[in-house]
Amino acid sequence: MSVMVEPLPQKPWETTRKQRASTALLLAIAALLSWLLISLTGLNGKAGYLSAFFVIAATLVFIQQLRLRNLAAANDSLLSSFALLGMVITVIPIVSIVATVIVKGYKGIHFGLFFNDMSLNSVNDPINQGGLLHALLGTIIMVGGALIISFPIGVLTALYLTEIRGRLSRPIKFLVQAMSGVPSIVAGLFILSSLVYPITKSLSGMMGSFALSILMIPTIARTAEEMLLLIPNELREAGVALGGTQWRTVAGVVLPAAKSGLVTAVILGMARIIGETAPLLLVSGGGDSVNLNPTSGPMGSLPYYIWKAFLTGGTEEAFARAWGGLLVLLAFIFILFGSARLISGRKVM
Amino acid sequence: MSIQELAIPTPRELTTKPRRSDQIFRGVVTVGGMASLVILGLIALFLSLKGIHILQEEKLNFITSSKWEVITDDTGSIAESSFGIGAMLVGTFLCALIAIIVGVPIAVLSALYLTFYAKGAAKKILVSLIDLMAAFPSLLYGFWGFFIFMSSAEYWAKLLNKYFGFIPFFDVPAPIFERSPFIAGLVLAIMIIPIVTSISREIFDQTPLDRIQAAYALGASKLAMIRAVVIPYGRGGVIGGAMLGLGRAMGETVAVYTVLNVVYQINWQVLFGAGGNVASLILLKFGEAGPYEVDALMAAGLILFVLTLFVNAAADLLITRFGGKGR
Amino acid sequence: MGIENTDDNGIQDQHNNDKAVEKNMQTQVTPSSLAAVAGNREVRVPGSEMLGIGLETRGVHAWFGKKHVLADISLDFAAGTVTALIGPSGCGKSTFLRTLNRMHEFIPTAALAGQVLLDGRDIYAPGTDVTKIRLNVGMVFQKPNPFPSMTIGQNVLSGLKLAQLKRSNTDDLMESCLERAGLWSEVKDRLNEHGGALSGGQQQRLCIARSLAVEPQVLLMDEPCSALDPGSTFRIEQTISELAKTMTIIIVTHNMQQAARVSDYTAFFLSDGGPGVMVEVAPTSKIFSAPVDKRTEDYVTGRFG
Repeated sequence: MSVMVEPLPQKPWETTRKQRASTALLLAIAALLSWLLISLTGLNGKAGYLSAFFVIAATLVFIQQLRLRNLAAANDSLLSSFALLGMVITVIPIVSIVATVIVKGYKGIHFGLFFNDMSLNSVNDPINQGGLLHALLGTIIMVGGALIISFPIGVLTALYLTEIRGRLSRPIKFLVQAMSGVPSIVAGLFILSSLVYPITKSLSGMMGSFALSILMIPTIARTAEEMLLLIPNELREAGVALGGTQWRTVAGVVLPAAKSGLVTAVILGMARIIGETAPLLLVSGGGDSVNLNPTSGPMGSLPYYIWKAFLTGGTEEAFARAWGGLLVLLAFIFILFGSARLISGRKVM
Repeated sequence: MSIQELAIPTPRELTTKPRRSDQIFRGVVTVGGMASLVILGLIALFLSLKGIHILQEEKLNFITSSKWEVITDDTGSIAESSFGIGAMLVGTFLCALIAIIVGVPIAVLSALYLTFYAKGAAKKILVSLIDLMAAFPSLLYGFWGFFIFMSSAEYWAKLLNKYFGFIPFFDVPAPIFERSPFIAGLVLAIMIIPIVTSISREIFDQTPLDRIQAAYALGASKLAMIRAVVIPYGRGGVIGGAMLGLGRAMGETVAVYTVLNVVYQINWQVLFGAGGNVASLILLKFGEAGPYEVDALMAAGLILFVLTLFVNAAADLLITRFGGKGR
Repeated sequence: MGIENTDDNGIQDQHNNDKAVEKNMQTQVTPSSLAAVAGNREVRVPGSEMLGIGLETRGVHAWFGKKHVLADISLDFAAGTVTALIGPSGCGKSTFLRTLNRMHEFIPTAALAGQVLLDGRDIYAPGTDVTKIRLNVGMVFQKPNPFPSMTIGQNVLSGLKLAQLKRSNTDDLMESCLERAGLWSEVKDRLNEHGGALSGGQQQRLCIARSLAVEPQVLLMDEPCSALDPGSTFRIEQTISELAKTMTIIIVTHNMQQAARVSDYTAFFLSDGGPGVMVEVAPTSKIFSAPVDKRTEDYVTGRFG
């Protein structure tokens, strides 16, 4: 048995340098042709460039594949081109939105933003006056309140679906799905008609929490269910085999094992409602000063702050304020999403 | 001793007497699980309570008429009123339709790209990006749509009008192209693309590998494989995902309110800058509505609720019956 | 050993065949009995019938990422022969099979060295059209995988549709493929039913018919009978013998008696923790009666594996 020298692993199926070069050449030709097309006709605008380039490039690749191989391969290249186009069209708005918020929001931020509220200022005042403290605190309080309501209900729903799996599972799953489709303004109307008009007769932060929890419960329930399903059944069987009741097994074994998953569910629930505007416009009042009492008095929130700056203002300062608020909001969403990703370490949604 | 000679016994009934703590546990969890049913029922209940008399008064008019006015006399009480959300229903469907027609193909193509073409780090980044985009608040889409996107979309609308204006759909009574249902529909499309892409991607991911390999082993190209295996498998689920997007587009409030010029008239001509949907109507009228008008808004909300419930129910049915793991 | 008779006593024949196969399986496995079974096959001189084309591998290595899973496999599959690849599980037989029709590269971390020559040309040469390779080198998988969204008839012809090949006499082609796969009599009245309605053995024969429709020169079979009952196994083995008259067949199998029954040549693969290697290849009767390598002898006498 001779000693064998191990050869180098290769991947002969990957695109060779030659193939990549010819594709690059094709794209360059396409760019040139589309530039010609643009200058000769009236086609204009970013979309014009993109569509001209796409049509020409896809056609060139199609012809190349047709000549090199056959019709089936050429049709296949069309699919690749279109799939890539779809992906590009999907990504462009994301990039544009994030860039816009950063560039425009930057002007609306100043150091005192987090320490002042708007009780003494109007939205049209210069940026360095007033702030969004009331909005920030309001959002935190209302989201916290919604969490207190939604977390138990959401987790209990998830537990029903994964641990008890009774006959109602199918209807409950369907209802959670239906609930996640309730328009946010309908949630606001519901709280108005059930709580505000008959009972409290005034707008407050608590009402906002109630409305938000309608939107939060389905998110927490769905995510928690997903996370609980990830817990291997062997763990449950081990608990039960040791003589534990279902309650003990769930409380002592399953829930602790799903801890990070439940935290993820909470974070995602918060991300879902933190930017909700419509229900808050209806039921929370949106005051200008800091109000730490959720049960009485209108309470501001980040969405309300942004909305008010946009609608009641009309000046550059007002718009800058709105964008600044959006920047803060977006920053929160990024932080929430990042933490959820870190904690769960897997695909999150 | 053959098998047929043995008498086959009937299976015993397996029972257990659950412990008290378990009974309480099961009770609590079941009650918690029923919360969704209770909440949905309450929503329907309270909206009806407040709004039902308006519906009884207006009857079918509420849905078909496009007059919405309240006339008060000098003492402030209602002299005359007429509520019809016809125009807004048309607007709801129009904007949502545009959103679906534009958004779903792009989303499905993106999902195909992510599942069958993207690799490695690029794939992970793109998937995260799309999940993140689904979490952007509608307020953000509305503002971006109004401040940034409007000019491009307006330009495209003008182009459409210039070359296809002979179709009545694309004609406009006056050359006002900004803040039209077309632009609102496009913004809604951008909003629903992440949702539909995510759902479609999950479904495509679950296509059984053995069928994919069978297709490739027969000499199929990627396109042929997708047409023969992936599409038949995932068709129902993708349609369900599209309907979820539809539901979202129909109920969208602030984005439409910001981008669309909410004017109370039926407007089929999508390029013309006027229209609205039921949700933005509610938002618009709420600020100054007296108690009577609020009831009408409740009725409108009830209709919207039933509509989106229906669409979501259909979507759920499609996804769980045809599309892998339901969402 | 011809294709089963196609009259209406099909079910009774099936029952008799099942009994015959079971009886066969009950006899004790010894190398001499395997050799006897192998020796019962008609002796065919490779190359005497110029049907099908040959496949040759030279120094094929395979990796998944850093893990070296196949080392220096050099085999020559002559045209018109049936070669069985045997060996314990995990020694790389299936991986090797997949390098022959370029399915290996679907695993993202896969890498390869060496050459695979189909009719003298390396299928991994740059610029090769991979779909054409797969039309010439067909594959039947372990678990039957007919397309559930198509009828039986559509399944048979699906290869043509997928590769966008035009044929003028598709009905005749369908019938001949199903006939060669030994399924025609059972489904000729049911061509419009869905592929999933068949039993496991019938589904596998449908998959064989499907792969025949694109007229491959080489057929790769990855443990095609391991998920099937003895009766279906027997019928498929009959099919293999018929097919071998017009194409080259390479079959991976865990079942040494199957190897003895159907193959002209057998190659023994082994992995001792490292990459899989091809220990010995010889005419089937010889490998079971007088193996050269001690490891082969240990395996075929059942001392391990």
